[in-house]
Amino acid sequence: MERVPILKIGGVLLVSIQIDLQDQSVLALQEDLAEKISATGAHGVVIDISAVEIVDSFIGRMFATIASISRLFDADTVVVGMRPAVAITLVELGLTLGGVRTALDLERGMRILENIGRERGRTGLEAR
Amino acid sequence: MTPRSDGPEELPIRADDDVVRVRQLVRTYAQQVKLSLVDQTKLVTAASELARNTLVYGGGGFARVEIITADGRTGIRASFHDEGPGIPDLSLALADGWSSGKGMGLGLSGARRLVDEFDLDSEVGRGTVVMVVKWKR
Ligand SMILES: Nc1ncnc2c1ncn2[C@@H]1O[C@H](COP(=O)(O)OP(=O)(O)OP(=O)(O)O)[C@@H](O)[C@H]1O
Ligand SMILES: [Mg+2]
Repeated sequence: MERVPILKIGGVLLVSIQIDLQDQSVLALQEDLAEKISATGAHGVVIDISAVEIVDSFIGRMFATIASISRLFDADTVVVGMRPAVAITLVELGLTLGGVRTALDLERGMRILENIGRERGRTGLEAR
Repeated sequence: MTPRSDGPEELPIRADDDVVRVRQLVRTYAQQVKLSLVDQTKLVTAASELARNTLVYGGGGFARVEIITADGRTGIRASFHDEGPGIPDLSLALADGWSSGKGMGLGLSGARRLVDEFDLDSEVGRGTVVMVVKWKR
């Protein structure tokens, strides 16, 4: 099984999905992220899906699960880069991402996390 | 379009990574007949849901993918076969949001919305076959 790498950039964990996700990889990513957020005290998670060609119900559910897990560690999650064809398909499939924040691209996603951090009285993207 | 001489292709669905291979095979076929990107994505997503059901509920099985033509139209047909427990109540299984497990119950109903033709054939104790078609527009 292939694992999705998690990068730490300041106080943000960046997950860029570059592989064809099998269900085991999805479950492993959820676990790895929980570990990493708790170990690093990251305040944000960005999931970049610009290379992801399909999001089915299992993968879609992962976004909501990761968002819930990160909330437990006082971190926020943004999903960025969804392809238009994926967005159209998700709507028709009937999947709502359960209040997961999304942004058009990485830059906007990072800005959203910065703004949330500022509201919460954190300074920029530095690690806590 | 150049006519294809090779017939349907089959792939086993016995583990997680087989679901990925089924997605890739369906994608290849969809590209070959030049489905639009959105239609490719819809068909592959439907195939992913159905292949996972074959694995999780059907206890494994196989997928068959082929190019079909009818009335001058070209399309892709994908079917998913298992010899698992079957589905006792088809209309319940096809309802949005009904799952016998801990899924969201979107697989069957969602897959049906994503394709042009959908056929579910299941017999308790014998198994399940789900067939979908996406036509080139
Ligand atoms: N191949 C199959 N063999 C036996 N039962 C099946 C099969 N496919 C689906 N089912 C039954 O139909 C129900 C609905 O399937 P569906 O894919 O819509 O939802 P799910 O798999 O439970 O959840 P989701 O796909 O949203 O994760 C399943 O919970 C299962 O009971
Ligand atoms: Mg399912």
